[in-house]
Amino acid sequence: MLVIHRDVCGYCGACVSVCPEGALELIDAYLSVDEHCTACRICTRICPLGALEVVDEAEV
Amino acid sequence: MKQRYDLLVIGGGPGGAIAARTAAEKGLSACLVEKRPAIGVPVRCAEGIGKEALKEFIEPDDRWISAEIRGAQIVAPDGTTMTLSQQMAGSKVGYILDRKVFDRELVWQAAMAGADVFVKTRAVAPILDDGRVRGATVAFCGEERKVAADVVIAADGIESKFARWCGLDTTVPMRELMSCAQYVLTDIDIDPHVTVFYFGNRIAPEGYTWIFPKGERTANVGIGISGRKSRDGHRARQLLDRFIADIFPRGKMIECIVGGVSVCRPLPCTVADGLEVVGDAARLSDPITGGGIANAMITGRMAAEVAAEAIGKGDVTAGSLMRYDRAWREGKLGETLERNYRIKEAVIRLDDETLNALVQSASRINLKEFSVLSLVKELITRNPKLLLELKSLYSALK
Repeated sequence: MLVIHRDVCGYCGACVSVCPEGALELIDAYLSVDEHCTACRICTRICPLGALEVVDEAEV
Repeated sequence: MKQRYDLLVIGGGPGGAIAARTAAEKGLSACLVEKRPAIGVPVRCAEGIGKEALKEFIEPDDRWISAEIRGAQIVAPDGTTMTLSQQMAGSKVGYILDRKVFDRELVWQAAMAGADVFVKTRAVAPILDDGRVRGATVAFCGEERKVAADVVIAADGIESKFARWCGLDTTVPMRELMSCAQYVLTDIDIDPHVTVFYFGNRIAPEGYTWIFPKGERTANVGIGISGRKSRDGHRARQLLDRFIADIFPRGKMIECIVGGVSVCRPLPCTVADGLEVVGDAARLSDPITGGGIANAMITGRMAAEVAAEAIGKGDVTAGSLMRYDRAWREGKLGETLERNYRIKEAVIRLDDETLNALVQSASRINLKEFSVLSLVKELITRNPKLLLELKSLYSALK
């Protein structure tokens, strides 16, 4: 699943633009991810700050 | 907020503001909604714009111009520097804006022209009637309202969702999303009237690092790298920190900005029934520079003009609104975007040795009038060994 590190996130919305599922949404300083996320990791790659991470469900 | 308008604009950046201003001037009832609580912040921009492009829309004003740019420098991976003076750059010289004030001014002008404006108001869904866009449900502080409109203009920027909800795929390919970071640095030694661009696969893979002056000793210092080159330990912010440690170790950071800029081709279609998409939301930022302000204003105005005509005729179908798509795509804007896309695709394939050779060679060329085409022609003449690398670039320019 996709984990958002809120202390790192710069709430810029770059991730929203590359999400093939439209699963991300940014409202002010709050990025949210919905159930359409497939953990494809594209957003984790492009984040300028490295605020996004896909982790194994079992580890959460 | 009224229950219906002729035109509803989603997004209060330069594209949305010019669309709302133009519509109001044409006598339409227009409403602009911005999801953030203030216009102009947070800044997501390096703030550069050409003088001529700006003057098409607003009289330059010192209140929102941070610096006047008279020349540019291009720095190769090995440090070789090529200077483009004002004479060579011609009308290409420009300004570095203060977007916090500039964006407010544009929205203020839209309001003064008669448009309604609402901030902290987010479009949460389009109102769809048999697939046709008929307005939007908007939320202000959690209260949802339906706002009907003959035409909706999606001006919701890089993080655009509205057009996608209406059936247009706006996804930016990973390799064509520039991952960017920028600091406003102060107390640094710069030429306050010259922009500087650093190229190289080590310094900024498939992108560039920039210094855009904001005053005597202050500048936007930033970087954009291709999404496919971004990874842990090698992200935009980390590459920027490395650059600044080298060039401005004593600079003081007074603002930290991150963001994404698309350098893909524009959306294949920027209209639907009752919908037009403008600016960054339509993926219209320049593929070479990443600049998006002028293109957003150009398309914002065109979209509002076509909407006004379409509403007047009582036909807001995609077929009728296609005049907007054709107007920018078949005009100068579409031509420039396509040419620059091809140049970008050729340039990102060059290795650092080739970039060094090109800048070394270019720095010795004394062009009376600067144009990319004449420069590349001259480079090919002087670097026959690079013919292969430059061939694709040359064909992009023809």
